[in-house]
Amino acid sequence: MSVLIKVAQWFADPAHWSGPDGIPQRLFEHIQISAESVAIGALIALPIGIALGHYGRFGTLAINISNVGRALPSFGVLVIAFQVLGLGNLPILVALVALAIPPMVTNSYVGLREVDADVKEAARGMGYRELAQLVRVELPLAVPLLMAGIRTSAVQVVATATLAALIAGGGLGRYVIDGFAQQDYTKLFAGAVLVAVLATATELSLSGAERILIPRGIRLLKAPVARRATTFKTA
Amino acid sequence: MPSGAFLDYVDPWVNWTWLSTHIPLFVAALQQHLTLTAIAILGGLALSLPLGIAAHRWSALRNPVLAFFGVVYTIPSLALFALLVPYTGLGVLTAEIGLIGYTVQILVRNLLVGLESVSPEVLDAADGMGYRPLARLLRVELPLALPAMFAGIRIATVTTIGLVTITALIGLGGLGQLINRGLIENFHTPLVVATVLSIALALVADLTLVVVQRIAIPWSRGSAA
Repeated sequence: MSVLIKVAQWFADPAHWSGPDGIPQRLFEHIQISAESVAIGALIALPIGIALGHYGRFGTLAINISNVGRALPSFGVLVIAFQVLGLGNLPILVALVALAIPPMVTNSYVGLREVDADVKEAARGMGYRELAQLVRVELPLAVPLLMAGIRTSAVQVVATATLAALIAGGGLGRYVIDGFAQQDYTKLFAGAVLVAVLATATELSLSGAERILIPRGIRLLKAPVARRATTFKTA
Repeated sequence: MPSGAFLDYVDPWVNWTWLSTHIPLFVAALQQHLTLTAIAILGGLALSLPLGIAAHRWSALRNPVLAFFGVVYTIPSLALFALLVPYTGLGVLTAEIGLIGYTVQILVRNLLVGLESVSPEVLDAADGMGYRPLARLLRVELPLALPAMFAGIRIATVTTIGLVTITALIGLGGLGQLINRGLIENFHTPLVVATVLSIALALVADLTLVVVQRIAIPWSRGSAA
């Protein structure tokens, strides 16, 4: 119990709520680098996954990229990026983008691939051109899995960003890594609570966004999404 | 100006001479890596089989079980280890609580997907043939759920092999120890070789499981991973 009391005191200390090592600043750093990584990753991954799913090509590649992504040890990838690119945010960004891409490629591929062939046929019959069919028929039907891919990536990027403190990055991981280094278990525990809360909040807010963004007609069919979405955990 | 060989020294990505004299280091790391992974998978299976079957049998359990392990799965491993350290210390127990927690989420989910995909006609037929509930579960439902379960074992194995490297921060790590050493000593060879070995280990383990699956449960051919 004494651990929890010390942690509560740590949170109550106003010194931990201001300055460059304060919670607001560390939280901001963590969210900023994660959001940038997911956004860049989405710009790269979604067009690839959507194109592969639409044309039904390279399916093995689109599925297996997640398996390769899972096999990447995030710790090693971060440290190698650090050795290649040196200090700063760039190596962190590169490593996080690399880890963000695979789940988004696989999930968007599966989402587009699973659009019913009859529905595509009907769209063609109604006179939709290819691009209109993709944008107005296939993409809305694939939204649940597209969003699941973005959510999976985002949660993993937030988790992996914790390790960025190992290569002199900022973010909430700073408390955990410094806590280990200084054997300050209060700081360690408090940092871990903050990281766990941020990861859970990311998961919950993006599932909320999913619910809002999924077209109403598709929501009725959404039960099996959790089953088809690719799980992914790298940190 | 000292024209020092020291200052001009560029660390190559892999120093083969150093590597050739330090092979036992990598063998030991690989052994620890495999042991930590095997405990996590076997422990995960031991927990998730009864949990998954119970959640399938009593539907009131299903959502709480999935929600609990879903939250555990969402917590970043480094944070989960850090939350456990004040209670369970640095070491295997802390690492395995975390790793097993993650594998249980993957395995229970896949076991439920497998059990739920057994068609009602098959269950009717089994009932009609006079199977009692336990026999039906063991001889009809579980064999049909095995392909999905196997897909879960593959995902859990590859994921765990990647996550084990992070346990370097609580004094274990397997190959992660060598990644950490490369980081601390600013020395490329252990870092690069250990990262490559970790990726190779994950891919070899995945392929091995595919082969085992083909041989052990030939009826799973064609079902998606």
